[in-house]
Amino acid sequence: MIFLVEGKANGKVLKLDEPLSFWGGVDPETGKITDLRHPQVGMSVKGKVLMMPFGRGSSSGSSVIAEGIRSGSGPAGIIMMEADEIIALGSIVADEIYGKAMPIVVVEKSEYETYSTGDLVVISEDGITLS
Amino acid sequence: MTVNLSEFDQSCLDGQEGPAAASAMRVIVRLAEAMKATELLDVTSAHIDSCLYHGPAVLDFAKWLEDQEAKVKIPTTLNVSSLDLIHPDLYRGDEDWGIQARLLMDCYERMGCKPTWTCAPYQLEERPKFGEQVAWAESNAIVFANSVLGARTHRYGDFIDICAAICGRAPAAGLHLDENRKGDILFRVDGLNDSLLDRDVFYPVLGHLIGKNSGSGIPVIQGLPNGVSEDRLKALGAAAAASGSVGMFHAVGSTPEASTTEEAFLGSDPTDVIDVTSEKIIAARDELSTASDSRIGAVSLGTPHYSVQEIKKLFELFNSESVNPEVNFYVSTGRDVLTEASLRGFIKPLEDAGVIFVTDTCTYITPIMEAVTLPVMTDSAKWAYYAPGNLGVEVIFGAVEDCVASGISGDLSIDNKIWVDG
Repeated sequence: MIFLVEGKANGKVLKLDEPLSFWGGVDPETGKITDLRHPQVGMSVKGKVLMMPFGRGSSSGSSVIAEGIRSGSGPAGIIMMEADEIIALGSIVADEIYGKAMPIVVVEKSEYETYSTGDLVVISEDGITLS
Repeated sequence: MTVNLSEFDQSCLDGQEGPAAASAMRVIVRLAEAMKATELLDVTSAHIDSCLYHGPAVLDFAKWLEDQEAKVKIPTTLNVSSLDLIHPDLYRGDEDWGIQARLLMDCYERMGCKPTWTCAPYQLEERPKFGEQVAWAESNAIVFANSVLGARTHRYGDFIDICAAICGRAPAAGLHLDENRKGDILFRVDGLNDSLLDRDVFYPVLGHLIGKNSGSGIPVIQGLPNGVSEDRLKALGAAAAASGSVGMFHAVGSTPEASTTEEAFLGSDPTDVIDVTSEKIIAARDELSTASDSRIGAVSLGTPHYSVQEIKKLFELFNSESVNPEVNFYVSTGRDVLTEASLRGFIKPLEDAGVIFVTDTCTYITPIMEAVTLPVMTDSAKWAYYAPGNLGVEVIFGAVEDCVASGISGDLSIDNKIWVDG
């Protein structure tokens, strides 16, 4: 397990069936998934520990992540299987300008598969734990 | 893991190059750590996507840099914004949102970026050469720079673009490095008929299919004719970067790092081989439409921004006919392309025919289009992908020929024959 961006979070897991482009895919004001082609359209990422295997789509995703951290409508943390720079940047910049980082963790497939939607998890410097 | 910093990198971090360079370098180094880069490298140009307004955070970031007297160190172009400064009346959005968007644009200009306002910086006169290391954001521009120009940029998001421009440095990782540019997945289109491969509309559909099936890997396309045009490769790459996370592709016989299939894979074997059949292409095409109707309400072309050649083709297709009065017909393009196409005599006749040119922005990222209840037609897979979610419209994907025919009559007109044999 590695931290792309360090930080603490706890929340319910929302495991995405498909990767999501944050820009064009999430309403930054409400946190709702707006991509009509995404299987989980209509669900909210707000306060969730979002799981997606890898990143997708627009490079404006970084801005939507940063805006979500600023406004509080974004995810609490993100768990991935592959590092994604576009997602990482949004959190790094929110940390620089607001002092608020959202943790982004990259885990092995075996660990990724142990969590499912609805699980309550805590992300801390020790890693991810079910609570 | 720590990143080995050069003397210059360290002097930036220490503040000797000014406070903005220190902040920008901190962001670059943090990203470099996340990318597991062991060092940074010089970049010679940047393309900034951060100039599109998404809410207060992006403006806070730009002001944060500007307050530290940030100036770009390398030639830097700007992507689309939320406003059309050449046709300001086209903006129909919230007034305050427009004011914030303008503040953001001005901020980036004051930092020394060129006000190009285009998502197709590769259509500008000065563009990166083969092998040049650059820091580009905007998913379609990234794919084009890597694949078609053979320049090298990683899949950068907003924020790092301007940081790299301020320092002239970027993480030595990802698509900057030889070993990460080799193909992963082989897509064979050998079985498709030649007449389909000779249609513009085939390329965005192929891109959509490839993006969905490439995961985070680099696709290699085998079986296309040699020397596929830049406009077709642009449409392919933009579609693949919207439906997937493609930052680079190889088209054997067309892109510079793929004179042969073996070269594209750098001698290794593909992790997967996908035979692209006409059934798969038709299924991918159908995924791009959300509706079918006998009438259309609008047409939107130019995502990514139309080139001079594409505007010329549009001019020829209109052939002195006019847009139906009940249809709004938009074409998004860059201001530099608009100027050139205007000098070549294509713009005035098209405007007289009822075509609305949109510059500096795009119809699916900002409120420009008049509300329509009927579907909107487009020749862009990227527009077809994002517009339904962004604008709440129904979309019908078709060839530019279909879009023009439908725009003139107001009735949906699609030539289905091109998709089947012969």
